[in-house]
Amino acid sequence: MDWAGDGILLAARPHGENGAIIEVFTAAQGLHKGVVRGGTGRKLAPILQPGNTLAVNWRARLDDHLGHFTVEPLRARASAIMGDAERLSALNALCALAIFALPERDPHPRLHALTLHLLDRLAEGDPWFGPYLLWERLLLEETGYGLDFSECAVTGQIEGLAYVSPRTGRAVTREGAGEYADRLLPLPRLLLDASAPESRGEMAKGLVTTGHFLREVLAPALGHKPLPEARARLVKRFD
Amino acid sequence: MARAAGEIEALIALMARLPGLGPRSARRAVLHMLKKRGMVMEPLSQALARVAQTARDCRVCGNISDEEICPICADEKRATGTLCVVEDVSDLWALERAGGFKGRYHVLGGTLSALESIGPENLRIPQLVERIKAENLREVILALNATVEGQTTAHYIAETLAPTGVSVSALARGLPMGGELDYLDDGTIAAAMAARRAL
Repeated sequence: MDWAGDGILLAARPHGENGAIIEVFTAAQGLHKGVVRGGTGRKLAPILQPGNTLAVNWRARLDDHLGHFTVEPLRARASAIMGDAERLSALNALCALAIFALPERDPHPRLHALTLHLLDRLAEGDPWFGPYLLWERLLLEETGYGLDFSECAVTGQIEGLAYVSPRTGRAVTREGAGEYADRLLPLPRLLLDASAPESRGEMAKGLVTTGHFLREVLAPALGHKPLPEARARLVKRFD
Repeated sequence: MARAAGEIEALIALMARLPGLGPRSARRAVLHMLKKRGMVMEPLSQALARVAQTARDCRVCGNISDEEICPICADEKRATGTLCVVEDVSDLWALERAGGFKGRYHVLGGTLSALESIGPENLRIPQLVERIKAENLREVILALNATVEGQTTAHYIAETLAPTGVSVSALARGLPMGGELDYLDDGTIAAAMAARRAL
């Protein structure tokens, strides 16, 4: 069995004396693990950093074997992100959440494309709050827990959406919320539209809302695993 | 292939678990020791027994030594007001070999890792904060690996130490000695370009 493609490296763990088990996210194969011989050696260790894109070739005798990767670097992003604590937190949260939430060997091409876009923004110093919130929204959607911001769940209006129901994940307007507003989650403009002007306050509110569904809906469905600590560290930066 | 007797086979199996040795090289090493019992094997076994008895973590910095306080921490000349933070004892030894640092060290015992569930509470970060207060330090040098995990830890420590007012610096990233641009990975070249300096 073998396949080749471009993969985003999400994690690399030492394996044996100088090998590594890596997890890559590809458009066609989804999240996929495999061994890289010499992965912790001088030549490959700088390449096997989370956020980098690699040309990978996977080979195994049987499809359900862990298999081996050969890798070539395509796009190095980790070194550009490492110098900025906040962007590095986002990279860590993204990688940890993808590994936490995505089933292995299940393709998610839309999420893969958005992951590439977000990583490029992180590496190039471009605004990234909106794309990050959109990424968490798409992660929820791709794992079966999409949020519906198309109209107000109460009034049916499409303008003035201000809250999200913590139970249904549907948007609600201020009028529709009425006296229940304090029981609803915030819906900042940045969560509705990733290209909206970004602010730290909007990012914090967006993380509260996506975090609720990651923690209360997705995590229980994955056997009540706790959300990765890396996401909590990202959220703390916006408190 | 003929196999060695039980105890010798057990020794080979133990040796094969050491870094840099596999079953074949462990077998060669054991055979060499058996041929030179008086010259190699007995002194080695005595040294191993002694070190197994005496080796301990330095109670100040986390270095491994045969004293409660390692020679570096015990040396007053190294109280320069500068502390170098490293991930592991092997990094401390590497910096000592290089000889470019004359202050004291602090071994964290790992890096933050979401995958391995290693959080700040699993590292020797509270002890570092205590040392900064107790030893009146002026500068902390974060000599952590240029990996995502190493730099995540470096940022975390820098932010944790910010209220103490101590100056925090990190090792430069860029071209290794003897490095040829053509053979370097893109990330290293980009880091070297970003960290360029006037000549």
